[in-house]
Amino acid sequence: MISTMRRRLAAISLMMGLALVTTTGCAGFGNLGTDPGVTTITLASVNNPQMQDMAQLLPEFNKQHPDIKITMIFMEENDLRNAATKDVATQGGQYDIMTVGAYEVPIWARNGWLVDLTDRAADPVYDVDDLFKPVRDGVSYRDRLYAVPFYGESSFLMYRKDLFAQAGITMPERPTWEQVAQYAKQLNDPGAGQTGICLRGKPGWGEMFAPLTTVVNTFGGQWYDQNWQAQVNAPGFTDAVRFYVDLLAQAGERDPVSFGFTECLNLFSQGRAAMWYDATSAAGSVEDPKNSKVAGKVGYVRAPVARTTDSGWLWSWNLGINANSRHADQAWEFVKWATSKDYAQLVGSQLGWSRTPPGTRQSTYRIPEYVKAGGEFAPLTAQIMSEVNPAQPGVAPQPWVGIQYVTIPEFQDVGNQTSQLIADAIAGRRSLTDALADGQRIAQRAGDNQKEEK
Amino acid sequence: MSATSVDAAPAPRGSSAGRTATVSRTDPSPQNRSLTRFSRAIVMPGFIAAIVITQIPFLVTIYYSLQNWNLARPEARSFAGFDNYIAVVTNGAFLPSLWATVLIVGGSVILSLVLGLFLAVLLDRKFRGRAVARTLLITPFLVMPAAAALMWKYSLLEVNTGIVNWVLSWVGLGPVAWNTEYPTLTIIFTLTWQYTPFMMLILLAGLQSQSPEVLEAADVDGANALQTFRHMTLPHLRTYAELAVLLCTVLMIQVFDPVNIMTKGAGNTKTLSYLLYERAFIGQQIGEAAAYGVVTVLVTIVVATLALRTLFKVFTEGTD
Repeated sequence: MISTMRRRLAAISLMMGLALVTTTGCAGFGNLGTDPGVTTITLASVNNPQMQDMAQLLPEFNKQHPDIKITMIFMEENDLRNAATKDVATQGGQYDIMTVGAYEVPIWARNGWLVDLTDRAADPVYDVDDLFKPVRDGVSYRDRLYAVPFYGESSFLMYRKDLFAQAGITMPERPTWEQVAQYAKQLNDPGAGQTGICLRGKPGWGEMFAPLTTVVNTFGGQWYDQNWQAQVNAPGFTDAVRFYVDLLAQAGERDPVSFGFTECLNLFSQGRAAMWYDATSAAGSVEDPKNSKVAGKVGYVRAPVARTTDSGWLWSWNLGINANSRHADQAWEFVKWATSKDYAQLVGSQLGWSRTPPGTRQSTYRIPEYVKAGGEFAPLTAQIMSEVNPAQPGVAPQPWVGIQYVTIPEFQDVGNQTSQLIADAIAGRRSLTDALADGQRIAQRAGDNQKEEK
Repeated sequence: MSATSVDAAPAPRGSSAGRTATVSRTDPSPQNRSLTRFSRAIVMPGFIAAIVITQIPFLVTIYYSLQNWNLARPEARSFAGFDNYIAVVTNGAFLPSLWATVLIVGGSVILSLVLGLFLAVLLDRKFRGRAVARTLLITPFLVMPAAAALMWKYSLLEVNTGIVNWVLSWVGLGPVAWNTEYPTLTIIFTLTWQYTPFMMLILLAGLQSQSPEVLEAADVDGANALQTFRHMTLPHLRTYAELAVLLCTVLMIQVFDPVNIMTKGAGNTKTLSYLLYERAFIGQQIGEAAAYGVVTVLVTIVVATLALRTLFKVFTEGTD
């Protein structure tokens, strides 16, 4: 009885495996039509505009490497995460190269899913030291490099120079949150349809908690202490969230729970907000006169702080090579090309300088055409990217490398649930203390797992 | 297209179904028995296929639910026994989610039933452009759920530029932050808007199957329109309403898109299907998600059994 059950289960899993292979393995058929001597490399990529530009430039890569054929598969971020996780976890080896978010690189590296690139990247032509050090640190695990950044971003404060001049306020180069809150209240005019400051309030670890965690860090809070003890209802975390929620209530956008990156971008581009604290990559859209009414009127300063000197976040999309890939050498040829100094030049000259992947190489910010196209925000982005400290973004030391996220598998879940609780606090449905006490419980469960790992 | 199918379909149904049922039950001749056996044999392949397609995934789900399996911690995969089920009970996420589902689905079903009835009664009358009106009214049901949710979020309920707040401003009501203040309502709005046409279609079929002689007789007896509606039409519609409510509930329990797009599960809008999605794809806890799935199926089976039993009672009462 048991053996038939087992045989049946085996048959079922075989069937499911076949189904999986036939659906995800379309790339494998690419081999059929190619000439002998040509290696097909499959790249699973997130469907960002920068990655789609990469697909457009593939012919340029083939000019240099006619023996390597790149097949790109585009997926939405969550789909990619699941497909890639499934593939690497089951050692399928379907994807040779994967775009991996900064949050996952250390986790995957720990699981042995990614090829150690340290020695390959030591090639002097590649010039690994040209990559911003914080970004490099973010994609390293135990001082070994497991992926290389394709594009990166930090966060800064965008403000309307015209409105500030009108009100007679001068924005300092390094504002504090206290000052920002005061300016926001001063410029908040709901009657005229103008919001003091737009801040993300949409639940999600990558939405609300991207900016909010930087506020937590600079207010002296953190998700976990050195011993993986959760700190969600500790004073630093609580102060920061209370400040954030109060600021939203006093001078933030109406209906904050609806507002994530896209919604804030719309609001700010339509001239309905005096300030916006968000990703440095937003500046490109804000300065695009076709879609933005405020192009040319926006000033940029560093992320506001409280108790630390810097408070920008750090995010990068990276290219990593699957540890099960049979063509790691060819895969590295492509990864090297796509993250090289020359690639920035190539995108700029072929597709336009505003489409150059930002935030990875210092040399990109020395290209005159790029700096010219980037206006005010390009040099500031470069400065911020080299200044932030992902090893210790807050006041107290932390046992992981990362600013607005914690590199444990459970964090997206913890961040997500806690952000939903805070959304209830923003709406006034429950007290903040209550919400954070629940958040603490959720975070502690994940922290306990982490303690066992050690 | 929709017009003809609505008009034609329901009228002969009740009577013919009743007749076949009586024939097979009261006539057990050998000839009939072999016929029954033959028809069963014909049905078998389909029946087996149905079992394979519906039951095997369920068995696999039960197997997963007994595993300790986090996608991102593959080395820690192990047999978990009933730990996942204990987690379902002790996490404190299941009951609020069940309650949110009841509230959202219940509210939307009742609202769309009332609105659907209203629209069906209006459409039952003959007027110029009736076919056009009917097609227009059905449209929301044909819109993809994700598209409907986006439309409600950005065009209708947006706090600065949404149409709803603009209309409210005419009567001096300040802009309402719908997703922040009334997240449950925003989901109910979207669902009601989507499913009212479905209710309307079934109820309209009921209205059109009403025999004109009965209505005429009531008219001759001196009943006014309201009395006719109250004492003749409503009882007649009851079976149709029950069916519509059951189908709508089944469809709505799967609600996912509006929650994901509009509220992200905040503010008591975390329905069971969204909770499942979160456990599996954000929590990456395959085992725990499977346990939630199994419990959800059990709860649904209990509810459906009770609902179906009452429904059949109503049917038999209706034919007597």
